[in-house]
Amino acid sequence: MLEILGKTNIDFMGKRKIAFAFSGVMVMLGLVAVVQIARGAANLGIDFAGGTAVQLKFDQAVRIDEARKALESNGVGDAELQEFGQDNKLLVRVKASTTIEEKTAERVLGIFAKEFPNNKFVVDSSTEIGPTIGKKLQEDALIAVVISFAGIILYIAARFELRFGVAAALATFHDVLAVIGAFYVLDKEITLLIVTALLTLAGYSLTDTVVVFDRIRENLRMRRRESEETTVNNAVNQVLSRTIVTSLTVVLVLIPLTLAGGEVLHDFSLALLWGVIFGTYSSVFVASPLLLLWPGGQGRLLKRS
Amino acid sequence: MKKVSGRVWLLLLVMTVSVVCFVPSYQPVLQALPAWAKAVLPNKGITLGLDLQGGIHLVLEVDEDRAVEIAVDRSVNSLQDLLVDKKIPAESVKRTGPQHMTIQFQNAELKDQIRKLLDDFPSFLEVESSGSSTSVVWELREAEIKRIKDSAINQALETIRNRIDQFGVAEPVVQRQGLKQIVVQLPGIKEPKRAKDLIKETALLEFKMLDEDGQVKLQLPSRVPKEQESDVVRQFADKLPEGDQILFERVIEKDTGREYRVPYLVKKRVMLTGDVLSDARVQIGQFNDPYVSITFDAKGGVEFERITAENIKKRMAVVLDNTIYSAPVIQERISGGRAQITGTFSTQEANDLAIVLRAGALPAPLKIIQDLTVGPSLGRDSIEKGVKATLFAGILVVIFMIVYYRLSGAIADFALVLNLVCLMGALSALTATLTLPGIAGIVLTIGMGVDSNVLIFERIREELRNGKAVRPAIDGGYDKALLTIIDSHVTTLITGVALFLFGTGPIKGFAVTLCLGIAINLFTALVGTKVIFDLFNQRRKVETLSI
Repeated sequence: MLEILGKTNIDFMGKRKIAFAFSGVMVMLGLVAVVQIARGAANLGIDFAGGTAVQLKFDQAVRIDEARKALESNGVGDAELQEFGQDNKLLVRVKASTTIEEKTAERVLGIFAKEFPNNKFVVDSSTEIGPTIGKKLQEDALIAVVISFAGIILYIAARFELRFGVAAALATFHDVLAVIGAFYVLDKEITLLIVTALLTLAGYSLTDTVVVFDRIRENLRMRRRESEETTVNNAVNQVLSRTIVTSLTVVLVLIPLTLAGGEVLHDFSLALLWGVIFGTYSSVFVASPLLLLWPGGQGRLLKRS
Repeated sequence: MKKVSGRVWLLLLVMTVSVVCFVPSYQPVLQALPAWAKAVLPNKGITLGLDLQGGIHLVLEVDEDRAVEIAVDRSVNSLQDLLVDKKIPAESVKRTGPQHMTIQFQNAELKDQIRKLLDDFPSFLEVESSGSSTSVVWELREAEIKRIKDSAINQALETIRNRIDQFGVAEPVVQRQGLKQIVVQLPGIKEPKRAKDLIKETALLEFKMLDEDGQVKLQLPSRVPKEQESDVVRQFADKLPEGDQILFERVIEKDTGREYRVPYLVKKRVMLTGDVLSDARVQIGQFNDPYVSITFDAKGGVEFERITAENIKKRMAVVLDNTIYSAPVIQERISGGRAQITGTFSTQEANDLAIVLRAGALPAPLKIIQDLTVGPSLGRDSIEKGVKATLFAGILVVIFMIVYYRLSGAIADFALVLNLVCLMGALSALTATLTLPGIAGIVLTIGMGVDSNVLIFERIREELRNGKAVRPAIDGGYDKALLTIIDSHVTTLITGVALFLFGTGPIKGFAVTLCLGIAINLFTALVGTKVIFDLFNQRRKVETLSI
């Protein structure tokens, strides 16, 4: 029997103060990021903010500063450039709450055709989104988040107990906020795809938490004289190897996707990767200790069954 | 222990159905099949999303207010005609504001006469408070405004559909979204710009007379560079005779390829519009220059004959979307209901012009509010990279499971393959659209599918550690993991459903694969692998378990 971990007996609950401090910092960071996003001060993707993105594939490499100079001298000064090295690809983004009637995409193409006459390119993709659409997408994304969270809390509260539902929801919020915070710090673009990734990692993190909770519930029903803290700690230790093996397999899947999945999937997979890591951490260090914080919660589950 | 054979048959059945369902998605195999098989199978499977095969996704908005204005303008025109017919000497009829028209006259006695004409315009009512003894204001009824707006979008939808049909795109999507938006998806299109122009063009064809008496006509420049159009309009704004406007003809110099604009003084009054066309075709003229030959319907033909008869030796402008294509002199009465639109255009432009004329005009201008264009090369790259990364990820997981759980790991790997086969079959049977996030969704279900097996295996290991024999350990492991697996899958399913309901485009594709994947996971983890364990146990008494 090959085992990463044998039978463990780590005092996870005893370390909850350190964990809460660390998580507190991550959550604060995430909250700052959310406020900045709401204020429009964060790096919002054009699908939310409105604007134009054009991705070009050149025959020869284009230096990013030359491209910027070419755009600036032709009156497109507020563009953001990003290159994908090995394929000679260049992504030009112009965020503006202007209408599409201005034809920013065509202007950008015209400038590159004029300034780099010897370096032919094809248009990989071009996206233009009016500000009204961005608003609608933001609303839709928000609705999706609220509905899925409400559904999940209700489901867990029904299957377990209210405190489990609340603890699971808080831990999930923690994971989502931590990833948003990390994206904000690294100035990564928040796109619709990233929101999808956030929702997925919320689902994943919950799955992970539910597995741990399931064991805690089982042990609470069977416990004799141990304190609640010991019971929770034992449950976490019992499912620890499963928790780690599962996360490991998902990480095994996500790493190739992040490294070789192409530019469209890169940030998406990266968000999921962080999400899995935070999700695993939070099931053990956040969700389970939170159960102990519930006032007057001692032994209620035992009586209920 | 339950009977095994029933579940083995179920498993085989599910696999067979999945493979059969998947066949239509893979054209080479489908084509190689005998005719009877093709007849039985659906001919459509998984479609690739725009991000994978390239194409355009547009969201258009109809300018409803403009549609109302256009309707009022039309009523202004017919009221003018009516006043001339009835010989009522009104001074002017104008659209004032988006939904009002004002009729002015010098003699206050005319007021009652003009009021009576309101009977012929049932969609208007008179505004009591406004107007004076020498003017009347009519307003379009609210119900009529609503009807116009509503029909504007339906008409636009119909027109766009017609144009795209004639342009020739495989599997286009043209749908209404919400109250005033239209979604157009054209997969695999090679000339995105041309297609967009074709969709967006209002294509309002009008015949208007030139004003050749006005003094202003002599002062107009003979031609200007195309940037100076608005300068000319501004310069002459307050000199124009009542009821006239300046329109431009687009001229391209054959030798240099330079573009110019030739200004014309044109009477605003519309003699005839493109509504009365029955056909439009491209013809090649004697100098090898393409032109569009149009055919009027019966009513239009009569009308055109009357107009040409009344205006012999005068010039008539052929105007499309406020640009003059040509302004020929009417030499004689034209009967037979045919006319030509000439101008400097390429064969392709002439072709597109014929398409938009045949398909009809849009009721109002369209605004593109979302435009996603994906070139075919990016799609190919994405598929290649996505598939490669998926395969690689799959192999890593397969190896890991065998190393960690040995024979049991191999059984889990079998479940993984079963999972993929079922998922592809289900996607194919639903003729789902596979997008790039959809591929990511598949990869994620692979990861989560493994999770169920890990849960079960860890439970079995625990049972074994507690000293149970192999068979009870397996049964115990499955039983105890069951609830956990259901709970964890349901929570993820809730997220998936929320994404499906409120997500758009590529996110929907992700949600579809995620939800299907979860459902199939449950089946393969709880039925698929258990059957195999039971099969092993049935044959002989197993002393040790390779786990």
